[in-house]
This record gives sequence, C-alpha cells and structure tokens, in this order.
Amino acid sequence: MEHTTLTHHLLLAGLLFVIGLTGVLIRRNLLVVYMCLELMLTAATLALVAFSRFNQTMDGAVFVFFIITVAAAEVAVGLALIVALFRQQKTVQSNELSTLCD
Amino acid sequence: MPDGLFIFFAALTLGAASLLVLSRNAVTSAMGMILTLVGVAADFFLLDAYFLGVLQVLVYAGAVMVLFLFIIMLLSDSGESSRAYPWKQAMLGLAVFFFLAAGVFWLFLWSGALSHNIAGATPPELSANPSEFTTSAKSFGRLLYTKYLLPLQISGFLLLVALVGVVSLSKEPKNEVP
Repeated sequence: MEHTTLTHHLLLAGLLFVIGLTGVLIRRNLLVVYMCLELMLTAATLALVAFSRFNQTMDGAVFVFFIITVAAAEVAVGLALIVALFRQQKTVQSNELSTLCD
Repeated sequence: MPDGLFIFFAALTLGAASLLVLSRNAVTSAMGMILTLVGVAADFFLLDAYFLGVLQVLVYAGAVMVLFLFIIMLLSDSGESSRAYPWKQAMLGLAVFFFLAAGVFWLFLWSGALSHNIAGATPPELSANPSEFTTSAKSFGRLLYTKYLLPLQISGFLLLVALVGVVSLSKEPKNEVP
C-alpha cells in the first residue's frame, strides 16, 4: 500500500490557493470573487491540518476549528455587505462599481 | 506515489475548483465550490482529522454554501454571461496561474525547503497521548476547554458581534442616499 506524503498534501493546498487567487483576479462577479476568497482560506486550513497530522500535535487542528468559526461569521457579514451594496448600486459586477472613480 | 483515494479526491477538488473559477454562471460556480469543499473534507478524512472533515461538510458545504446560493438567487444578476468574454483578462489570469503554480511545484518539490526526511515521510502512528494528534472529537474538546479557553470565548463573542452586525446591516435604510 502506497502512502501519501506531506508533499502531496501541500501541493494540493498550494494549487487550491493558486486557483482561488486566479479566480479573485479574473472574475468580476463579487459573489464569485468572495467564493474564491473562501477557497483560499480552505486551502490554508488544508495545509494546517496536514502539518498538524505530520507533526503529531493537535494544535493545528484546533486552529482550523477556529478558522472555520471565523470564516462562517465572515461570510455572513460579507454577504450582508454585498446585499446592502446591491440595494444601493443595483449591481454586483466589480467593474461597474466605480463611484469613487468618477 | 500517493494512494488511489488521495489521487481521486485531489483530482475532484482541483477540477471542481477550476469549475468554480471558469464557469460564467454564478450558480454553477457555487456548485463547484460545494464539490471543492467536499473534496477538501475527504482530504481531512485521509489525514485522520475526522471531526474536522465532518465539521467542514456541516458548516461550509452545508450552512455557508446555502447562504451563498440564497444570496446568488436573490441578486440574480445574469449580466455576466451576456457580456463579451473578457479574453485579455482571462489570459492575464491564466499567466498568473501558471506562474504561481510553477512556484508551488518548485517550492515543494525542488527548492529543498522541505528536507527530504520530512517531505517523504508517511504519517506517524497515532498515539493514545491526549495532547498528541488523535482522531476523536474528545481531544478537541479537551484542548478547547483548557489550552484554548480564551480563544474559544473570543470566537463565541465574535459570532455574537457578527450576528448583531448582520442584523443592523440588513435593515432597510431609512433615508436612501441618492
């Protein structure tokens, strides 16, 4: 039986992070950008769990517990902000939100 | 070589993440996000963090994504798919992606940042010591109520603050700013 090593898990986490970052850069829909941000956060938690498992300590896993808590609160507040923004500007496309430019 | 389950779930995770980024329909993006989170939860299971895997599915793939889908459908702004495809931007994003992905591969495979005995190691055997890595939810509880008691209280307070903040943000504004 072959085993996965730390490198495999870190590669997966790194690639997920890069995909999320690419999404933040190329997408214009604020909701999708926000989902990509969440994806980057999840990639970071994956690396934390991998290090925690291979380091034989529980602290990284408990830290992931806190990250999930904070992320849930953050999503709720962020989505409320996006809804408030939509109410005022009638759009969620970031290239149309240029009130401060003109 | 990693085992087959890891390869399967890693491919699922990365494929669903690409769907999330590339799809022009926000609902399809949300579905890709859910699949990605399920794939990450499966990877938590492969890392013996069963409690976190369950938590990931319950909190993220369950509650958070339902919230996302609800807001996406509420604000159904189908403007993006009717617009011309932003080729220039997509090419720039793709270039950034390949640059950073090459950086990730270089960092973990060739740079030597992870010394060989760490990088090539298989997970150590699980032990019965409560402060060491265990699979049970009980060890989470023990750490949360001893070593991490203050962060636990603070995160509870943070949830309360977020609750109040969301309620005050979602209230109908009395006088609309023109």
